Amino acid sequence: MWRYILKRLAQALPVVLGVIVFNFTLIQLAPGDPVTLLVGDYPATEEYTRQVRADFGLDQPVPVRLARYLEQLARGNLGFSFANRMPVGELIAQRFGPTLMLMLTALGLAILIGIPLGVIAARNRGRLSDWVAQVGALAGYSTPDFWMGQLLILIFAVALGWLPSQGMRSARSVATGMQATLEVFPYLILPAFALGFRYIALLSRITRSAMLDALSADSVMGARAKGLSERRVLIAHVLRNAALPIVTVIGYNLGLLIAGSALIETVFSWPGVGRLLFDSISKRDYPVMTAILMMVSITVVIANLITDLVYAALDPRVRYAR
Amino acid sequence: MTRLRTPLALGIIALFVLLALLAPVIAPYDPFQGGQDALKPPLSPGHLLGTNHIGQDILSQLLHGARVSLAVGVSAALSAALIGALVGSLAGFFGGWVDGVLMRVSEFFQVLPRFVLALVIVAFFGSGTLKLIVVLALLSWPQTARLARAQILSLREATFVDAGRLSGMKPLQLITREILPNALAPVVIAGSLDIASAILLEASLSFFGLGDPNTVSWGFMLNFAQAYLRQAWWMALFPGMAISIVVLTFNILGDALNDALNPRLRETV
Repeated sequence: MWRYILKRLAQALPVVLGVIVFNFTLIQLAPGDPVTLLVGDYPATEEYTRQVRADFGLDQPVPVRLARYLEQLARGNLGFSFANRMPVGELIAQRFGPTLMLMLTALGLAILIGIPLGVIAARNRGRLSDWVAQVGALAGYSTPDFWMGQLLILIFAVALGWLPSQGMRSARSVATGMQATLEVFPYLILPAFALGFRYIALLSRITRSAMLDALSADSVMGARAKGLSERRVLIAHVLRNAALPIVTVIGYNLGLLIAGSALIETVFSWPGVGRLLFDSISKRDYPVMTAILMMVSITVVIANLITDLVYAALDPRVRYAR
Repeated sequence: MTRLRTPLALGIIALFVLLALLAPVIAPYDPFQGGQDALKPPLSPGHLLGTNHIGQDILSQLLHGARVSLAVGVSAALSAALIGALVGSLAGFFGGWVDGVLMRVSEFFQVLPRFVLALVIVAFFGSGTLKLIVVLALLSWPQTARLARAQILSLREATFVDAGRLSGMKPLQLITREILPNALAPVVIAGSLDIASAILLEASLSFFGLGDPNTVSWGFMLNFAQAYLRQAWWMALFPGMAISIVVLTFNILGDALNDALNPRLRETV
């Protein structure tokens, strides 16, 4: 197993490096002075502009620039956001918690709702309930998540008035500690559901087909012939084998959640990284944009890596394959 | 029902294409023309689906928006299919280091989060319908390339390809005449699904305000609607429905083609 982990790590590193170089190329290729891209459209002092030029070696040839860029990144210098008057790294760190909370809740919802839906559909294959679930899943997957967010606001916040729709706590709230955490909950429901919606649809589709594949395996017939209860067959023989493709789809599609969170946070004014991305685009705050792109790409690479490791842990064949 | 899927999907697509083509003729108003009648609800006199905050007619905007969604979706998916099929066949046919390099590149593009990347590229280089199509195509080809490659790998050893090779056909001729036509099925299926995801991506980008500012698009309508959710539900409802229906239709078509072109799957499932 250790050999496999090392091998996968060695494969992931060049991709991360590639992401960084890609980001660098983007800044180089973009029209206009790269200083503008690194500083943003906001008026920076002459002194800072000169320092950025020196820090990133903008008066040097391209290979030197790349080396300088990597050096700055290695030092954790992501640049300074003049639109927000603070270092980009700090800015993103501030927004990271709310995004993580939103994404984990959405992922939890998707797993808790999507997988059982898929199991039910597979067990009722060919019946009306299966057909309804399948069409529903395809329709769900085809619905833009940000529009789903707007619909949820229209229904549960505007028409029924049950839940708040903007931000993550009341502006007048003075609560701290545990109390403050609990206060977030009603604000979390609508955006988490809107974000998880397409994922629920995706997971139920994948679970259904993985279950059907696993159900047709010879081992299932054998287990049934052995006289095991249907419940036992389902859990020990079918779900276990179906778990592999399900895990892969959960892991490989985390990018979908990340992309979705940018849109959903905008719809619900959720103070996370996605909302920050939206703001940085409307303010043309380039250092923040590139830093988020880089962070998101690296997160996806890491998520894929973890997915592969979980897969290997579940399926010994992967570990020993050359 | 399963058998009705393909004609139903094709019918809905044809309808949307027709509405998009005829938009200038059948739209009751110029989609950009505002007026005194701001925020009129649906079924108001003269405005079947209501008006937005500056009095533009929602129905007219929807009809014109179909042009953008379909044009961007179809052209992006078509370009992605072409690039993907070309890259995939080169990789599959030549193998070796060509295959290695091309597949590493496609893996790299598959890892990158498409939406965020498209967002940043458009924010850097400015928006426009053509630029959108290029960006979406550049981000969508790897899937097709991998499918095409897998197909080519299995066809490369086929007897009829050997026959072509023996009769003196050059590699490019072999690829275009013998192999590609037989490898098309997965490319077509992926293409249909690609149209769906390209339309969704275009809508998301426009919702972020990064669409072509000189056109009306469904995503852009939803961007406007966001600020008026409490006053004008119709501004959000209709464009979102239009996007969902079109995307769903292309997804259904992709599914149906998949079942039709892969008879093996049909038997087992």
